[in-house]
Amino acid sequence: MNRHTLFGGAYAIAFFSFLFGPLIIMSMTAFNSSRFPRVSPWECFTTGWFNELFGNARLMEGLLNSVIIGVGVVALAVPIGLAGALALSELPAKLRAALYTVLILPILIPGVVLGISTIVLWGQISRGMGAGFLYNGYFLTIVGQITFVSAYAMLVFIARLQRFDATQTEAALDLGATPGQAFRKILLPFMAPAIGSAAFITLLASFENYNTTVFTVLSESTFTTALASKVRHGTDPSLSALAVIIITITLVGALTNEALQRRKEAEMGGRASRSPLYLNPVTRTLTHPGVVLAILVAVIGGISYAGSQHDSSVCEAGVLQEKLDRQEELRAAQRAKIEAMEAEQEKTLPKSNSAFGGAFGGLGTPAPAPEPAPKPESPSAFGGAFGGITAPKTDE
Amino acid sequence: MPDRSVLLDHITIRFGNFTAVDNANLKINSGEFFSFLGPSGCGKTTMLRCISGFSEPTEGKVLIGGKDMAGVGPNKRPTALIFQHLALFPLMTVAENIAFPLEVRGVSKKERRKKADELLEMIALPGIGDKKPGELSGGQKQRVAIARALAVEPDILLLDEPLSALDLKLRQHMRTELRAIQKQVGVTFIYITHDQGEALTMSDRVAVMSRGVIEQVGEPDRIYNRPRSAFVASFVGENNAVEGIIKGQSGETAALETPMGTFEARVGGGRKYKAGDKALLFVRPEQLIPGESANAFQSVLSRQEFEGATNHVFANTGDQELRISMVNAGLAGSLPGQGETLSLGFRPLNATILPVGHMASEA
Repeated sequence: MNRHTLFGGAYAIAFFSFLFGPLIIMSMTAFNSSRFPRVSPWECFTTGWFNELFGNARLMEGLLNSVIIGVGVVALAVPIGLAGALALSELPAKLRAALYTVLILPILIPGVVLGISTIVLWGQISRGMGAGFLYNGYFLTIVGQITFVSAYAMLVFIARLQRFDATQTEAALDLGATPGQAFRKILLPFMAPAIGSAAFITLLASFENYNTTVFTVLSESTFTTALASKVRHGTDPSLSALAVIIITITLVGALTNEALQRRKEAEMGGRASRSPLYLNPVTRTLTHPGVVLAILVAVIGGISYAGSQHDSSVCEAGVLQEKLDRQEELRAAQRAKIEAMEAEQEKTLPKSNSAFGGAFGGLGTPAPAPEPAPKPESPSAFGGAFGGITAPKTDE
Repeated sequence: MPDRSVLLDHITIRFGNFTAVDNANLKINSGEFFSFLGPSGCGKTTMLRCISGFSEPTEGKVLIGGKDMAGVGPNKRPTALIFQHLALFPLMTVAENIAFPLEVRGVSKKERRKKADELLEMIALPGIGDKKPGELSGGQKQRVAIARALAVEPDILLLDEPLSALDLKLRQHMRTELRAIQKQVGVTFIYITHDQGEALTMSDRVAVMSRGVIEQVGEPDRIYNRPRSAFVASFVGENNAVEGIIKGQSGETAALETPMGTFEARVGGGRKYKAGDKALLFVRPEQLIPGESANAFQSVLSRQEFEGATNHVFANTGDQELRISMVNAGLAGSLPGQGETLSLGFRPLNATILPVGHMASEA
């Protein structure tokens, strides 16, 4: 192995650890029973954090809200983005540049501004028109997100449209299609992959948006805002469990999509009729994207079921016992130490009862000596500070 | 037999200040193979889009089969257009492509497939109906595009340089094929090209266009042998142009004084000249014959280009370089060597005197 490949290999490893390291560590913490997300020390393998996650009513309610809002945003932002892209492709160059800037602007404006302006505008409208039902978290979040999410969709469509041969539409018209038919039968099928990616991107953008949503959602909460407020109160491994679920869904989606793309490519290029993989009925079926998806879902379902049957309570009880024992041990050691100190103090106790006796004695007029200060009694480690709280319990 | 004629009635098309087509006025007969020939930017594609309905003329009318087409969209006209890059639909199979015109007219799926198979049979490509256009060769795509256009059962088929993307051999083959298909279906073909070889070999008649103006309309041999303008003479085929001054005209011929001598030649376009008018003399390379006694002059051979059947010989007389085509006489013949003096001449009827005007290289 020469030096270049050695360096290249090391770089690749470093690069991918940087990229995926956090994800891997986080995924591992989801299965550690420790109350704090960490890998070391490893306590017990557990699937309990998934239960905890699904048991969190606020998060689950937020998830449902996010889905409702996400569907609404996709349903509106994708057509708006497509219309914008089509309009841009039809305009003369100068006007196009101007309109492009206007349409892209919402992406550049901070989400906070969009969020606040959405509430202000719709607050005015709903009050002015007496349409108070418009002033609710779902509606405002959908319209607020659409303002910039549809620009994302538009960018996707513009990229695809640039590869569209406009003579295709002309040919369809010339062959007797109405403009509507030309749109449905020629342009839409061509745009289909872009519509798919635009829907995916807009769904993600809506789902993960915080800045705008946190204002527009009013008293409701979406998954992201619920998550943010949970994290503010401290994190626990149920969030890692959530990460595992999201990563899994992403991987399944990516693998299925890859299977779909490869098959399409093979069919378009005519390779499908020659490749042994596609000629053999068994492998042909196995590589079908639907089958790939079904297999993946089945495997994950099986693992999830097996995981849900796993009971880590015995192990956790063991760990707890271990902890208690350890605590007891520490306590005993502490007690021994304090007793030793007390014994020492007895011996060296000065004539004056007061700890400050000597210090203040000389300053004051020859008055009667002050009351002796109470002797420190608490054996607790925090003896001085929390004396009042812990002393009665421990000093028995 | 339906009326498949096209009448362009004083058509002018302007884009802002630019005049793309200037007062075009001609009739294309029913069942004719008609070509518009001209360099790029001469307005021929604009003309085609105007006939097919993608644009409306600024002035004038288009009549197809005697009916005024003003306000009739491309999907309502009895025309079908074959695009320069064919515009086959890549996501559909070949059969779906061909049956697309029927699909949008609501013909049943079974019927469509039957028609597609018939048309595939006609273009001699049976059995490729389930392939995607991406799997076809250039020539196959060409024929599929023609089949798709014919599925409309149009009265007029418009072709926008459809052969320009093919290689030479295939192009020559497709010329013959296009002509054969046209004879078979009896549809009026309107063909747009900048390739004079295509226009001359396939067409019944040709319109030569330059700078938005139709310079000449006629049968291919008339276009070649009897050009009516300096542009046509210089654009169609090779030509030698010599500037000169008219000495006098007598009927069909006139005498022209040039730096190479005074020559007698046919007057193009039936024009009348008076002595002292400036004019151009056009003599085709194959009409300059060594040893010819009519219009004889001397020149010095400068270089040769060998091209199989013909040799292109270049000779100088004064500042003027002339191009001469000589048939390859094989091993039995001999060619004059470089630097030799050559006596050349041409028959008066085989040369044309035309008024000074812009030429092909300037277009």
